[in-house]
Amino acid sequence: MDGSRRVLASMSLISSLPPRQTLAALLLALVLASALALTRGARLETADYVMNNGSEVQTLDPATVTGVPEGRVLRAIFEGLIVKHPETLEPLPGGAQSWEVSEDGLTWTFHIRQGAKWTNGDDLTAEDWVFSWRRFLHPDTAAYYAYQLWYVRGARQYTRQPEDRSFTADPAGGLWYQRMSDGRIQIGLHGYVLEHESGPVRVELPADPADPATVHLNTRSWTLPFAITNLEGNPKAPTEAAALLPRCYGLKNDEDSGWLLKGALTETDWKAAHKSGALLDGPTYRREVADTRHLKIWREGSHTLKVTLNSPTPFFLDLTGFYPTFPVNRRNLEEAQERWPDRWEIEWLRASNIVTNGPFRLLERRVNDRIRLVKNETYWDADHVAMNSIDILAIEQDSTMLNLYLTGGCDAIDRVNTNVVQELWGREDFQPTPYLGTYFYRVNVHQPPYDDLRVRQALSMVIPRKAICDNVMKMGQVPASSLTPPGIGTYTPPSMKLGSADEARALFAAAGYPDGKGFPPVEIHYNTSEAHSSIAQVIALAWQDELGIRTKLRNEEWKVYLDTQQNLRFQVSRSAWIGDYSDPNTFIDMFVTGGENNKTGWGNPKYDALVAAAASELDAARRLELLGEAEAILLEEMPILPIYYYVTQNLTAPRLGGNSENVLDEHFPKFWYWMDDEELAQKRANYPQEFQFVDPHGPKDGLYSPAQQAARGQQ
Amino acid sequence: MIRFLFRRLMWFVVTMAVVMSVSFFLMKNVKGGPFDTERALEPAIEANIQARYHLDWPLWKQFLHYTGPFNLDERGLGGSGKKLWGGVLSGDFGPSFRYRDFTVNDIIGQALPISALLGVVSMMWALALGVSTGIASALRRGSGLDLALRLAATGGIALPNFVIAGFLIILFVFLIPLLPVAGWGSTKEMLLPGFCLGLVYAAYVARLTRTGMLEALSQDHIRTAQAKGLSPRTVVLRHALKGGLLPVVSYLGPATAGILTGSLVIERIFFIPGLGSHFVNSASNRDYTLAMGVTILYTVLVYTLNTVVDLAYTLLDPRIDLAEEA
Repeated sequence: MDGSRRVLASMSLISSLPPRQTLAALLLALVLASALALTRGARLETADYVMNNGSEVQTLDPATVTGVPEGRVLRAIFEGLIVKHPETLEPLPGGAQSWEVSEDGLTWTFHIRQGAKWTNGDDLTAEDWVFSWRRFLHPDTAAYYAYQLWYVRGARQYTRQPEDRSFTADPAGGLWYQRMSDGRIQIGLHGYVLEHESGPVRVELPADPADPATVHLNTRSWTLPFAITNLEGNPKAPTEAAALLPRCYGLKNDEDSGWLLKGALTETDWKAAHKSGALLDGPTYRREVADTRHLKIWREGSHTLKVTLNSPTPFFLDLTGFYPTFPVNRRNLEEAQERWPDRWEIEWLRASNIVTNGPFRLLERRVNDRIRLVKNETYWDADHVAMNSIDILAIEQDSTMLNLYLTGGCDAIDRVNTNVVQELWGREDFQPTPYLGTYFYRVNVHQPPYDDLRVRQALSMVIPRKAICDNVMKMGQVPASSLTPPGIGTYTPPSMKLGSADEARALFAAAGYPDGKGFPPVEIHYNTSEAHSSIAQVIALAWQDELGIRTKLRNEEWKVYLDTQQNLRFQVSRSAWIGDYSDPNTFIDMFVTGGENNKTGWGNPKYDALVAAAASELDAARRLELLGEAEAILLEEMPILPIYYYVTQNLTAPRLGGNSENVLDEHFPKFWYWMDDEELAQKRANYPQEFQFVDPHGPKDGLYSPAQQAARGQQ
Repeated sequence: MIRFLFRRLMWFVVTMAVVMSVSFFLMKNVKGGPFDTERALEPAIEANIQARYHLDWPLWKQFLHYTGPFNLDERGLGGSGKKLWGGVLSGDFGPSFRYRDFTVNDIIGQALPISALLGVVSMMWALALGVSTGIASALRRGSGLDLALRLAATGGIALPNFVIAGFLIILFVFLIPLLPVAGWGSTKEMLLPGFCLGLVYAAYVARLTRTGMLEALSQDHIRTAQAKGLSPRTVVLRHALKGGLLPVVSYLGPATAGILTGSLVIERIFFIPGLGSHFVNSASNRDYTLAMGVTILYTVLVYTLNTVVDLAYTLLDPRIDLAEEA
C-alpha cells in the first residue's frame, strides 16, 4: 500500500512544480502526443489470409533475388510463362498460353497469352519477356541468378562485362540531331568505333535527306541512362547535361540488335546543351558495350517468344516458372528513370509505382512488419482467385511465429523449433514431407590427411546419421546416403559406401592411423546455430569414440563462415544445398572441377565429362543415367559426407485449400481458398492416418473464388 | 550558455568525424560482404555486383563517396552518370544494401517513430515505477519494504527481459487471454512490450533514486526544513526530491537514447518493426549503409541527449554553471 501511495504522491508532484518544470512536463506531453500521432491510422484491416515469411524480403525486383521468402511474394504478384500445379508441380499455362519445343530440343516457342494485362493497363506481349530477360542477363542488373538463364545461347557472354569498355569517338562527327515532323528532335550518334567485341554502329541514311536517319548503337543497353551516358560522358560540364538529359526518353528497340535514341528535347534545349559543350567533347568514353545480336531471345510478331538454347535442357520449362525469369514492365522502369534519374532503382519498386502481372498486387510494405497484397482485378484469371487480401509477415523469432499461429494471428508459418516438435506431432496442421535439400559436410581434400580417400570414408562410416535425425532434428528427416535427395522424378540416386565401425577402423589403420594414433585433431567448422552445434557435437563424439581421434568445434558468424568455406580454410565444414528446380542437375553440377560452389578442392575429369555429356543428352532416361554415373563417382571419392535429407516444417491452417506440401516447398497463392465446414470435414475424413484436429483458422463458410462459387452453385 | 552550446557543437563535429571514419573502416575490414550467400557466384556475376555497388573501389574512395558530396563516379550507379545519393553530409544515408527497395532514410523513418513510441511508453513505466519505489525505499531505509524493493530492483536488473517477457506472455496471453501475443499498432499491443522494456530501466531508476534521496535527506537544508516544522510530504517533495533526482537525470540521457533506438530482444519477441533489430541485423548482414546510418543516428541521439541533460542540470541545481564548467 505504501508503494502505491508514493506513486500517487509523485504524480501530484507535477502540479506542485514551478513554471520551468511545468514547461518540461508540457514538452514531454508534446513528445508523447506526436509519437501517438505518428502511429495513428497505421492499422490495417485484418487480411483474408496471413502467412509468415520468416524474414524481411531483400527486394521485389524478380531479376535480383535468390531467396525463398522473396519467391513467396513474387509468385503472388508476378507470373512467369508457366505456373505450376499446386500439388503435382506440373507446368500449367501462365503468361504463355501454350508452348512447343523443336525436335532437337533447342528452340522453344512460347505463345504469349492474348488479352493479359499489366496492372497499369499495358498488354502483356512477347516483347515484355525479351526486355525482361535481356535486362535480367545484363551486367548492370547484377543478377545473382543470371546463370539460371545461361542455358540460352549467347547469354553467358552477354552477362560478362567486356574487359575494356572504352570507345573511341570521332569528335568531328559525333552527335547529330534532326527535327522530326512532330516537332521533336531526334538525336543520334555515329562515328563510334568499337575497340572490342563487335563492329562500329550502323547508320542507316534515309533516301530523302529530310527524313531522320536511324542510328543503331551496338549496345545491349535496355534503358535510358546507359545510352545517354554517351552524351554525358564529358566530366567537365556535367551540370548542363544533367539538367537536360532527364527529359530524354522513348528509346526504341529496333527489333534486331540496336537501339534508336530519341529525345523529347526542344531545339532550344539542344542548342543550349551543345553550346555549353556538355554533349560531346572528349574523344573517349567509358561505357559498356555488348550486343544483343548474339543473345538468342527474340520475338516473332507481338505474341510469340522464341528462345534458342545451347543444349537441350529438360528443366528449361520449369525455369520459365522460376521467379528470376518473371517479366517486369518496361514502362514502369523507364517512367521511374524519367522522374527520379538518381534513385529510380528504388522508386520503381515502391508500392505506389510497381507494375505487376500476377494474381495479386502490392498495396503496402512496412519494413520488418508486413507486405499487404490485394487481389489483382486485371489479372487474366482473376475469376479463379479467392483471397481478396493477403498479409505476408516478417517474423524471425521461432517462438513468436508459433505463438501468433496458435493464437490465430497468423494462418501459416514456415518453420518450427526442434524444441517443440514433440508437442506438434500428430496435429493435422503439421505434416512434414520430404523437401529437396541435403545436409552434408564438406571435406577439404587438399589438406592432409583428408586427401586420403580411406580417411574420408572412415569418417563417413561412423557418422550416427539415424541418431542425428531421430534425436537432434526430430522432424522426420531421413539419413542421407547421397547428395541428391530422393524424390526427383524418376531419378534414383546412387548410394555411398556404408560400413560398420570396424570397417572404418580398418580403413583408418590402413591409412596409417591405427586407433587414431598420429591423426591430427579434426576441426568441425559450422556457422553459429544451435542445431548445427548439436549435430557437430554428436559427430565429434562419434569420431572420438569410434576412431579415437581428437575433435574440435569451430563456429563462425554467417558471413565469416562463408568466407572461410570459400577460401578452403577448413578441414570439415557444415554445408547444405536446396534444389533450385526439380532435377538432379541442380545438385550435381555443383561439384564440377573449379565450380564456385564446389568448395572442397575436389575435381575429377571423368565427373566433369559426364556432367557435360548429360547437358547435351537429348534422351531423358540416358541423361539421368549419365548424371547417376557422375554422382556415383562423387560418392565414391567422398569430398562430401552426406548426413540427412530435409523435410518441410510448415504449420498450415487446416482450412486452407489449394495448397499442399511438395518437394520444392513452393506454394501458389493463386490457388488458395478457405474451405467451408463441409469441405473441411471431407478433408479430415480422408486423412491417411489419425490426426488430432486443431483450430482450422479461416471463416466457417469458407472463401471461394467466383469460378468456384459458380461451380458450387450448379451442384 | 551560448558558449557552452557552441563548444559542444565543435566537439560534436569532431566526435562524428571519428565515429564515422572508425566505424566505416572497421566495418569494411570485417570478413564477408553484403552480397555473400550460400550460393557462391560465378566470377563474372560477382564482378558485376561489385562494380554496381562500388565494392571494387579502394576504401578511401568508397569512404569519400559515402560521406561527401563528391561525385567520384563518372558512370554513376546504373550508368546514369549521377551519384545515387548525396552523401551522409547532406543527410542522405543512401540505399540499403540488404533491403534493396528502400533507402536507409526510409527504413529509419519507418522504424524510429515506432521505437520512439515504445520508448516513451516504457520510459513512463520506468519513471513511474522507479521513482516511486526509490523514494519509498529511501524513506523506509532498512525496513522490510526497503529490502523487498531493493531485491526486486536487483532482480529487475539481473533478469533478462526475454525471461520476463516469456512469463508475461504465458500469463496474459495464454492463461488469462487479455492481450495480443505480438504485433504493433494498437494500445493493447503496446502494454506488454512497453512494460518489459521499461522494467530494467525502472530498476536502475529505483536504485539511483534511493541513493540520491538518501544523500539529499542527510543534507543540512533538509534538517532546517524539518526543524521549521514543515510537513514530511513537503520536505520530501519540495526540498529533498529536487536534489535526490539529480543522479536519475544524468542517467536519463543515455537511457533515453538507448530506449529510443529500440531493443532487439523485445522487438523480436513481440514482433515490433522498430529500430533495435536493425542495429544487430545490419551488422550481421553487412548492410554497410544501414549499419552506418544507425550508428550515426545513435551517436547523434546520445550526444544530443547528454547535452540536454547538462542543460537540465542547471534547472535542477542552481550551483552548476555551465559556462564555468566549460
